[in-house]
Amino acid sequence: MSLVRRILTIGRETARLMVGQPPYEVYLAHMAKHHPDATPLNRVEFFRNRENARFSGAGGGKCC
Amino acid sequence: MKHIPWIILALIGAACLAVLATVRGEQINALWIVVAAVSTFLVAYRYYALFIARYVMKLDGRRATPAHYRADGMDYVPTDRRVLFGHHFAAIAGAGPLVGPVLAAQMGYLPGTLWIIAGVVVAGAVQDFMVLFISMRRDGKSLGELVRMEMGAVAGTIALAGAFLIMVIILAVLALIVVRALAESPWGMFTVAATIPLALMMGAYTRWIRPGRVGEVSILGFVGLIAAIVYGQAVAASPFWGPLFTFTPEQLCWILIGYGALASLLPVWLLLAPRDYLSTFLKIGAISALAVGIVVMAPPLRMPPLTQFIGGGGPAWSGGLFPFLFITIACGAVSGFHALIASGTTPKLIATETDAPFIGYGAMLMEAFVAIMALVGASILDPGIYFAMNSPAAVLGTDPVSAAHAVTAMGFPVSADLLVETARDVGEHTIVSRTGGAPTLAVAMAEIFSHVAGGSAMKAFWYHFAILFEALFILTAVDAGTRAGRFMLQDLIGLAVPSFRAGTSFLPGVVATGLCVASWGFFLYQGVTDPLGGVNTLWPVFGISNQMLAAVALMLSTVVLFRMKQQRFAWVTVVPTVWLLICTLSAGTLKLLSSDPTVGFLAHARKFSDAVSAGQVLAPAKSMEQMEAIVFNDRVDAGLCALFLFVVISLMGFTVRTCLAALREDRPTVNEMPAQMVPAE
Repeated sequence: MSLVRRILTIGRETARLMVGQPPYEVYLAHMAKHHPDATPLNRVEFFRNRENARFSGAGGGKCC
Repeated sequence: MKHIPWIILALIGAACLAVLATVRGEQINALWIVVAAVSTFLVAYRYYALFIARYVMKLDGRRATPAHYRADGMDYVPTDRRVLFGHHFAAIAGAGPLVGPVLAAQMGYLPGTLWIIAGVVVAGAVQDFMVLFISMRRDGKSLGELVRMEMGAVAGTIALAGAFLIMVIILAVLALIVVRALAESPWGMFTVAATIPLALMMGAYTRWIRPGRVGEVSILGFVGLIAAIVYGQAVAASPFWGPLFTFTPEQLCWILIGYGALASLLPVWLLLAPRDYLSTFLKIGAISALAVGIVVMAPPLRMPPLTQFIGGGGPAWSGGLFPFLFITIACGAVSGFHALIASGTTPKLIATETDAPFIGYGAMLMEAFVAIMALVGASILDPGIYFAMNSPAAVLGTDPVSAAHAVTAMGFPVSADLLVETARDVGEHTIVSRTGGAPTLAVAMAEIFSHVAGGSAMKAFWYHFAILFEALFILTAVDAGTRAGRFMLQDLIGLAVPSFRAGTSFLPGVVATGLCVASWGFFLYQGVTDPLGGVNTLWPVFGISNQMLAAVALMLSTVVLFRMKQQRFAWVTVVPTVWLLICTLSAGTLKLLSSDPTVGFLAHARKFSDAVSAGQVLAPAKSMEQMEAIVFNDRVDAGLCALFLFVVISLMGFTVRTCLAALREDRPTVNEMPAQMVPAE
């Protein structure tokens, strides 16, 4: 991967994680490796699952 | 040999600090502060953070983190450290490091600068780093659970209740800042109001049209925001729409309370998540632009290094340098609230233990840098403008002539024309008594941005851009905080009534939300109707509570070090703990018991209740009813201070007891997860 593309990838991943969205590919890889029998969430389900998780809990994820 | 560049850097930092500390009577450039801060931070990171990592915590890169041994691809994901740094920084940085330093500038730029630089290196970054470490070694558990694990169930419950109270105060003070920034400002109000339909549209887009496309929808939202700022000017000028978006502080207070309740009950995808995108990206973008702007503009500091208010009696907040400066600048130097974040999502995402210094210590240094920029912003303004904006109307009167007169009498000469002209430049009716810090910072940002792009014709645009940026992420924090507070409250009440816990049914959620909103709404209303502007009263209470939470987090860290049998390094956490305890206990006691009515709540209550029984109405109250409200509010605030003091003192007792017990053991007694080594890939 070229340097520019790597910087872009990191930037994109950072921006998504800032709003609570971890990479879907990592989740797929994890499911394939450890739970090969289970059907993983699709991309949209995964997105919604993370969206809900970000705002339901005492963590809140925000500071003053 | 490898130390030589660092020694040079340290010398540069020391030289800048020396210049800052010795120059008197002439204006110096803001870059001296910036360079002093950056070089100190880099050296502290290179040596102190690494020292803590290697010798105090004994971090082990081969030991598995929760992200590995509990990996699930969702909550626990090993993450690149640069990506995680951004995530953590975005979560800790908010309005706190922007507002506190602006308020602290009333004592001159020097005390604030020194406290931010020293405080973050010795206290703030150490706290974040330690809590991150402790949580990372315990499955990423939260602060309340960590206190319970290491100090016992009673201590854990006290800490949880303390954290909830702090949340309430934070939400009230944040909402108050928004009220102060948007009241009587139709342009600002329109742009902020426009973000609601904008967020709803974005929510619909990510729900039905293109789910999951965060980047796309954020760009669309950003275009909408800019359009709202641009059209806001016409809206404000329109004889029909202008008055429709003009609200008094009291009206805004009720709007915010209703909005907060509604927003925390709506589905998150509809309002909260899309606005979270806008506010997060705008925050990061605006902060970066501010850094670039300050370096490009290299403005001189017009505020003197010290003002006469270091002894107390300042208009923005009362009380002297010690202890009140150290609680006014909370976030940026040391912030207890970060302990909740550092024991939240971040420890579940760390890929290896050796990333912890970069994320825990490093991100906090970055926040301190934001605080330094805010301080610089407030200090490049004409001091006359600064004090005209930050003094309560009770001191200034309401028109530019009386304000100019009052500020000049303070010793900061300013003409009424300058106040009128500045207001016109930024597109507002008036800048007199726009307290709360946010408008001051917005004027400074408009100054800096318009210097770099657009010239003075763009000042009004940049001012409202800055107001929007601050209001947007404060409102997101208010919604998210109300939700978080609701869950905290459900957990707390759930300790006594298990059926009240989250997830059992709909009703407890509504009740807990109502209680949460009512609590911060009470303090917000009190602040809004406070004739001294509210920030005056609420900000110190917020600062005390936030620093007390920091003391709690550092006491937990001390306990952990003792239980690890690392007590010979306990000074790393004991030194900042002691300092915070000295500051918060003395500030709390002064707020409670000081006989000076401008400082002590009870003295103020006594002064007013004596007047009530004598049948007098004291300014600034206008009726007997207001007099009684003031007395009641003072007593509530005093009760709150007493409660915070109780939380800290009791946890201090638990800390000493646990440390002594750990000393008697001859082996480590910490409750860490047993070490597992990362298998070779």
